Amino acid sequence: MAKNLFTEENFSRLDEVIAANKETKGALMPVLHEAQRIFGCIPLEVQKVISESLKIPISEIYGVVTFYSQFTLEPRGEFVIGVCMGTACYVRGAQPILDKISQLTNTKVGKTSEDGKFTLEATRCIGACGLAPVITVNEDVYGRLELKDIPAIIEKY
Amino acid sequence: MKSIQDLDRIRQKSLEKVNLRRNVEDANVEAEASGEGLTDGKPKDVLVCGGTGCTSSGCQKIINKMEIQLEKHQLKKEVKLIKTGCFGLCEAGPIVIVHPEGAFYSRIKEKDVEEIVEEHLLKGKVVTHLLFKGAIDGDQVKPIDEVDFYKKQQRVALRNCGLISPEDIEEYIAFDGYKALSKVLTEMTPEEAIDEVKKSGLRGRGGGGFPTGLKWEFTAKAEGDQKYVACNADEGDPGAFMDRSVLEGDPHAIVEAMAIAGYAVGADMGYVYIRAEYPIAVARLQIAIEDARKFGLLGKSIFGTDFNFDMEIRLGAGAFVCGEETALINSIEGKRGMPRPRPPFPAHKGIWDKPTLLNNVETYANIPQIILNGAEWYSSIGTEKSKGTKVFALGGKINNTGLLEIPMGTTLREVIYEVGGGIPNGKAFKAVQTGGPSGGCIPADHLDAAIDYDNLISLGSMMGSGGMIVMDEDNCMVDIARFFLDFTVDESCGKCTPCREGTKRMLEILERITEGEGEEADLNKLESLAKTIKNTSLCGLGQTAPNPVLSTLHYFRHEYEAHVKDKKCPAGVCQGLLQYLVIPEACKKCGICANKCPVNCIDGVKGKEVYVIRQADCIKCGACMAACPFKAIKKG
Repeated sequence: MAKNLFTEENFSRLDEVIAANKETKGALMPVLHEAQRIFGCIPLEVQKVISESLKIPISEIYGVVTFYSQFTLEPRGEFVIGVCMGTACYVRGAQPILDKISQLTNTKVGKTSEDGKFTLEATRCIGACGLAPVITVNEDVYGRLELKDIPAIIEKY
Repeated sequence: MKSIQDLDRIRQKSLEKVNLRRNVEDANVEAEASGEGLTDGKPKDVLVCGGTGCTSSGCQKIINKMEIQLEKHQLKKEVKLIKTGCFGLCEAGPIVIVHPEGAFYSRIKEKDVEEIVEEHLLKGKVVTHLLFKGAIDGDQVKPIDEVDFYKKQQRVALRNCGLISPEDIEEYIAFDGYKALSKVLTEMTPEEAIDEVKKSGLRGRGGGGFPTGLKWEFTAKAEGDQKYVACNADEGDPGAFMDRSVLEGDPHAIVEAMAIAGYAVGADMGYVYIRAEYPIAVARLQIAIEDARKFGLLGKSIFGTDFNFDMEIRLGAGAFVCGEETALINSIEGKRGMPRPRPPFPAHKGIWDKPTLLNNVETYANIPQIILNGAEWYSSIGTEKSKGTKVFALGGKINNTGLLEIPMGTTLREVIYEVGGGIPNGKAFKAVQTGGPSGGCIPADHLDAAIDYDNLISLGSMMGSGGMIVMDEDNCMVDIARFFLDFTVDESCGKCTPCREGTKRMLEILERITEGEGEEADLNKLESLAKTIKNTSLCGLGQTAPNPVLSTLHYFRHEYEAHVKDKKCPAGVCQGLLQYLVIPEACKKCGICANKCPVNCIDGVKGKEVYVIRQADCIKCGACMAACPFKAIKKG
């Protein structure tokens, strides 16, 4: 992950977001959502800026960032593979699919592969239960999967 | 918009837009061919489902292709292409419906679009081979509402889903939208509005089933200079997507209902707390709020009265516990989503310690209909203590996966076998799980139970928000209990000890059992731990977390016993207890299994000796079973 996240451009975008939300009651959550989008993660450096501008102790911000699963402290892979582990997908065989992807991409669940290419996540129900079992790769959704479909999907990326 | 007359004018004008969808015509009347253009001489409305399910199965490609085709055949004037919310039958997606015939096309692929345009839209001939298989009876085409899946349904909360464009406020108004708000503001006092909701018998659809009217009354009577109404759209139960579908298909219903609630309890501000995992719902609700502002239906002095109301969206960030009302309030305030002890209830101390009315999406979706049609009409639907209808998300081992709305009192059997179309691949039904991680599994003996709040609780489950997952003989109930516990352990916020530590210990015991290392004493230990957690946890998450274990222990104790006593998993799911065995009589001594085995643990002599699996080395990958052409390998 050689990409530098802490560019001036990113920080000035963050400043704009903070300025737009400063007057809102309960501004922290909306600001964190935007920060996650801008930087791809919310490391301490970013938390510090938010803390100073919104006048919220950094301990509290760290608490909030680590509480919610959509906020991350570390950057994620180029392709985020989400295997839906909702009940409908699980009873239709999501677990073997997750295992297979983990093996093929050499990535543990919840981690990013060494080359920074894939992040593998067992996600909560994405609500596409009619297509169970379902996986997502960034914005692409693959449904009604069988184990044999998996290698071809991973191949694409 | 300043007055009710303005609303009426917009409704009259907009009716033309939706006329084709209001009167379904018989598709079996032979269309007369007349030559060019629209040969049956009639304009059409083409509805394409744009819910999350159909979006995932590629509806956008269908829409793009349809656009190109309509352009090519110069049909853009006569044919309206509308992207709607969920039709419910997600299994059959992407779905396209053509009105006025109500022809119900399912699993449409890009290449089918041309045929629909050329045959149906141009020549007026329904393309029967692309229709949903339940929408055709012999050679008769059935309109959508006569398809088995829809027949037993009664749509109140979902009335507009799949019928209107959720991004067009005028279409909502055409179907009597905002009429309830105008009625409340000009003809009713806040007390009368609350009374109507109370009399309707509506109970909270988020799971608890608390009488909605009472909640409104408590908030209205609470003292405070500022009050809020909030909508809980943090639908986190795995396998549940009722609220998302309402927001995606009919977002204005929520805007209207929250404004009504604001008037009733004396609030001028509303918050919708919605999962960030639902991007389509968020986008459509945002559009709805902005359009409502433009039309003067949100903002200052609505309909020329002195009532002001506005609303905002707040996004969740992936924490299941935020569906609990006090945790949700903390999250809106920008804190960690941890629950607060109750009392004080949100009706007295909610968002920023102000009195707050908090209802679930589906609860709100019923409100405009109750105001328009009256409490008497609403309470005539359903059972004695559970009035109205309930939306369920049906999933798992079922033919018609999807979204449905049935009157309370419908039996589980009717839902699973008539609406749901039964279990696929001829497998046997084992259990139905309701209420998500807070609910329980109901076995076949109780399929004739009528669905209502109290019946489900007496069966050891609960209504929950409306997830309904069907399991067949291949599902192991111990494994299912483990799955739900795994979920709650992960989502426990860690504030109170019984939930943080207790669920973790329960999960460890269950993992031991599924790995074949359980003991008989574990079952009693599980039970007593479960009861302690239920009685002592701070919030609903912990209080209901043991339910999946307790209900499976109650109804499927024999499966637990098989795991701990015989060290067998009857359903063949738990890998630690699994053995692959060659059936000697069926083995043709071909050796294919031995070739496929990744760890070379199958011995035998090709053509001469029956093959045998060395259990000590077997890694239970199942490759041999998949490879055997003679089905001579079994799991046991």
